[in-house]
Amino acid sequence: MKKAVKRGYIVNTVVLAAVYALCVVLAAALEGNDNFKLTIVPSIWQCCYLIILAASLNLVLGFMGQLSLGHCGFMAIGAYTAALMSLAFQRAGVYDEKSGAVFILIMIACAICAGLLAAVFGVLLGIPALRLKGDYLAIITMGFGLIIVNVINNLPFAGQNGLAEGTAAASLYATGLGFGSTAKVTYLWFAIAVTILCVALMFMYIRSKYGRAVRAIRDDEIAASASGINTGYYKVLTFAFSAFFAGIAGAVYACCNSSLSTSSFSFTNGSILNSTFVVVMVVLGGMGSLTGSVVSAVIMFFLNYQIGNGSWVHSLPGFIQSIFAYPMLVYALVLIVIIMFRPKGIFGTYEFSLLRTPGELVRLLKRHGGGKKAAGGKEAAAQ
Amino acid sequence: MSEVNREQAPVLETRGLGISFGGLKAVQDFNIKLCRGQLAGLIGPNGAGKTTVFNLLTGVYEPTEGSVILEGEVLNGKKTHQFVAAGVARTFQNIRLFRQMSVLDNVKAAFSKDIKYGMAAALFRTPAYWKAEAEVEAKALDLLEIFHLREKADAPAASLPYGQQRKLEIARALATDMKVLLLDEPAAGMNPTETAELVECISLVRERFGIAILLIEHDMSLVMKLCERITVIDYGQTIAEGGPEEIATNPRVIAAYLGENDGEEDESLA
Repeated sequence: MKKAVKRGYIVNTVVLAAVYALCVVLAAALEGNDNFKLTIVPSIWQCCYLIILAASLNLVLGFMGQLSLGHCGFMAIGAYTAALMSLAFQRAGVYDEKSGAVFILIMIACAICAGLLAAVFGVLLGIPALRLKGDYLAIITMGFGLIIVNVINNLPFAGQNGLAEGTAAASLYATGLGFGSTAKVTYLWFAIAVTILCVALMFMYIRSKYGRAVRAIRDDEIAASASGINTGYYKVLTFAFSAFFAGIAGAVYACCNSSLSTSSFSFTNGSILNSTFVVVMVVLGGMGSLTGSVVSAVIMFFLNYQIGNGSWVHSLPGFIQSIFAYPMLVYALVLIVIIMFRPKGIFGTYEFSLLRTPGELVRLLKRHGGGKKAAGGKEAAAQ
Repeated sequence: MSEVNREQAPVLETRGLGISFGGLKAVQDFNIKLCRGQLAGLIGPNGAGKTTVFNLLTGVYEPTEGSVILEGEVLNGKKTHQFVAAGVARTFQNIRLFRQMSVLDNVKAAFSKDIKYGMAAALFRTPAYWKAEAEVEAKALDLLEIFHLREKADAPAASLPYGQQRKLEIARALATDMKVLLLDEPAAGMNPTETAELVECISLVRERFGIAILLIEHDMSLVMKLCERITVIDYGQTIAEGGPEEIATNPRVIAAYLGENDGEEDESLA
């Protein structure tokens, strides 16, 4: 049995590496294509940070069963940390152009520091907050999400005036991490690699003693502590671990945006970087399935993109079209529909595995007489 | 010589243990001594404070009087997981399993505190991780084997029939490598066949692990059959203590269970 597990790891690693190589080669081949450069690549970047964000929230919400509504606060911390750090390096003259080994190293360092600072805040918030449960935890984390945005706004070196002297729009793009469309194509490998690595690390986490302890806490906290699990420790650890990846998602966000504004992380905006939106992603994908989070992040991105840019929206009757003017309404509808018809989400707690899934898919198809073919295809495509 | 000493010295001891919730004294002056390999029973009418005693013995409540002593160490004020680490494990009156996790993972989760690898080993799958996981898996499967649950190792815990859920809970408690096992109404809701299996199971555990067991039970035939010492409490106070025969004939115990002759007493028991 253990051999099969190890073989599974090897097969999955090899395939992931192959997929990654394919992406990089494709990116190189399509570099000249305008549609690819201006539409597809930015979309992939956005999907990347959404995937990391959704997967990291799933650790807390799905695997540990604690409702946190302030996840985008950690992302904001990560984004600003990465942006300010890269800016500082640039000012110090460590790098001039966004190329070369030094820049790549700085980019990686920025991402890691973004994660670490977010994790520190995760610990600071987690120690008092995780004594609470359910609604109370939701309220306190929501408060954190609101407060952190205001704190950043009023920092002299970040905030409304943008990063340091320039305006918000100008400085990051011109000097810091922010990538233009060409650089986005050049560093597409970075986004994909970071995403694969982050999701892989989260997967390792939940498939270890930590994951077992965390799932035990979700299922029954009293029984977990009666089984010798230090529930407080594991809760704060997982919260910080999750915040770490939200911070990295923030760093990726900082890379692919020309400007940073705290309003994009706040509750009041209707865009996709809203803590409640991330909760919808996790619930849609399945609480307790990282595969689900990956798939639903992509689905929700497309939904969001289509609502904003799809030409079909304009051909809808006026009433429905007016709903689409407020995307949050649509996400709320999505959430209601999931809860009503498939409360466990698309995947439930199922995890994709290259060794198991093909066989299970064949069995599923036989049982349903091919009825589920479309869903199966989507599942495979997501990996 | 030392072996003999350990046999006789109590593993778990309480001295004047008590707790008050506001003005209500839920448990008062509770004294018990549990030796290695001993099986003791705690009985009493509904609401007598039996589960409160268990909660005191496992750190769910902090006692307001007296102390809990495990092998000479005072455990007052420690948290539940520290009680478990010290060697007190329990099961629950209403089964508390990790319902969405597999049977095997339920047991593995209880091994968590003994798994030594750190975060880095877990994230990067170092040899230390594989070694520790393989050990845990072997130990967990051994435990399941004892309880005839090995075939169901991969099934979700919630899918087990009632009797097997009880057994799994005991298996999980044993995985914490405890010295004292507290069983809270293990036979509640079981049919006679399941109860018989359970009795067998408890005897087996006791022989094999040489631990002290304290059990709460309403099924008198089970208590009389299994327990060497029985403590009876009513309204939070110990009213009798002794061997099964003594207890069965003790007038105070009979009065507590069946009520005294006047009607008032009867009502308050119901």
